[in-house]
Amino acid sequence: MSTAIKVQNLWKIYSDIHDRDINVEDEEMIEKIEKMDEPVIAVRDVSLEVKEGEVFVIMGLSGSGKSTLIRCLLRLLEPTSGEIQINEYEVTNLNDSELIDFRRKEVAMVFQHYGLLPHRTVRENVEFGLKIRGEDKEVRKKRALEAIERVGLKGWEDNHPSALSGGMRQRVGIARALVMDTPILLMDEPFSGLDPLIRREMQDELIRLQEEMHKTTFFVTHDLNEAIRLGDRIAIMKEGDIVQTGKIHDIVKNPADDYVKKFVQDVKRQITDDIDSDNNNEKKAITDVS
Amino acid sequence: MFPETLEFHVEDYINDFIDWLVTNGSIVFGTISSVILSLLLAVHNLLNVTPWWVIVGIVIFGAWLATKKITLPIVLGVLLTIIGVFGLWALAMETLALVITAVVFSIAIGIPLGVLMAQFDRFATVLKPLLDAMQTMPSFVHLIPAMMLFGLGKVPAVLATMIYAIPPVIRLTNLGIRQVPKQVQEAAIAYGATNKQLLKEVRLPLALPTILAGVNQTTMMALAMVVIASMIGARGLGQEVLLAINRVDVGKGFEAGISIVILAIVIDRITQGIAKRWQPPKS
Repeated sequence: MSTAIKVQNLWKIYSDIHDRDINVEDEEMIEKIEKMDEPVIAVRDVSLEVKEGEVFVIMGLSGSGKSTLIRCLLRLLEPTSGEIQINEYEVTNLNDSELIDFRRKEVAMVFQHYGLLPHRTVRENVEFGLKIRGEDKEVRKKRALEAIERVGLKGWEDNHPSALSGGMRQRVGIARALVMDTPILLMDEPFSGLDPLIRREMQDELIRLQEEMHKTTFFVTHDLNEAIRLGDRIAIMKEGDIVQTGKIHDIVKNPADDYVKKFVQDVKRQITDDIDSDNNNEKKAITDVS
Repeated sequence: MFPETLEFHVEDYINDFIDWLVTNGSIVFGTISSVILSLLLAVHNLLNVTPWWVIVGIVIFGAWLATKKITLPIVLGVLLTIIGVFGLWALAMETLALVITAVVFSIAIGIPLGVLMAQFDRFATVLKPLLDAMQTMPSFVHLIPAMMLFGLGKVPAVLATMIYAIPPVIRLTNLGIRQVPKQVQEAAIAYGATNKQLLKEVRLPLALPTILAGVNQTTMMALAMVVIASMIGARGLGQEVLLAINRVDVGKGFEAGISIVILAIVIDRITQGIAKRWQPPKS
């Protein structure tokens, strides 16, 4: 299988607090404020490769730089240095208009905070990316309705997001991404804001969709369970660094350092005991730092 | 006593400068003047040609559209009729025409300026003290520059009104756009929105309730200023008040004053109703 995303020696350093106030999540903001007097290194010399059709999960605690990393992939945040290659696009070398073209055609992103337009209906929200891309009105409508049905929101297309629960809103967010039919899907903690039952349901939904579509997915989470359930391969991030990359079994078997060891010790017990993960939700919740 | 030797007057310099400006900028001022005047006359004629009951009807219908209530539109209609009963209808329409003209120009200039303020921090830092100055100045100081450049009459009245009334719409456009949630904007950018699309699809629609609140404030301030602008020949209800003051005619002043208050209430209720209707469903 060919490589879809290739990141080489990526750095992102915040040296100025007022720089790019648009994309920063609260947790990072807080961290920045804490360390205001010195430059903050959010992403430290990260290199990784994602193969076509796989779900690659970046796993890390708050402030480990995972959200910054995913934002660098489509340059919502400007990387300080390093190279990003996504399919045929050399992302780090695109000029403004090429970058817009790349965002419209190559990647679609799902956000933790949904980012839906409150004054638009579900269908109009799903159509958003297509509208931005300049697709025809009829095409837009048809494809949006298909996508809405696909995520199980049929019948809700004329409601506003305010009428929807968190899980349903995120379904809209996913439909908005799927409708773009891009080769790459980026997901930034899409289920972190949902309660555990809904979260699990949404994970199943994503697994189902993934079985249909085999889309290259770059998934960011702080939830180890989620990483294990969804990820073909997992990278564990700590303070801007990727500590270890690999399949979950390999990581559990050979943790790279004490940090990873501590992280996966509960999982290790489960896997060695060969118990269905359902029964251990509570135990695993210990690793679930939010 | 302050020593006379330390006295220094800028009066002459300012008068010279204004003279120079008026002679050399006559084309600019002439154009501004004729643009304002043509809109003003069009609005005024329209209001004069329309029978009073049609205007009352429009206000009732407009209020109903804006608020979807029954009593409020009727109350507004009755109030408006009272102006006619006092025999001040024509003057009220004159005032209304001035307000509408001033507000139209204020919106046309104010919203783009507010957008620029929100987009460029540096522009905001330059404009903010200017707006502060415009708002802290006593209202009839505004008459001076308008009168200096355009003499007496309705055009300087509209200009003075605009200078006085434009800050809220600029400020609230700026504020409204800055308050658009970053997450929504980020999502739009992630889907490849250009700056123009971001503004049109996300920023302006989400800022609209705040912008409309600014339009409401601008309208109310315009009405207040139009009354004061009667001192430089704006005529209308303000002149009636001015005459009443000069003659110490309390009754006449009361009638005109009440009419102004009625106009204010009607305009306020309707514009506020519109602003509220644009509020997106709460999430």
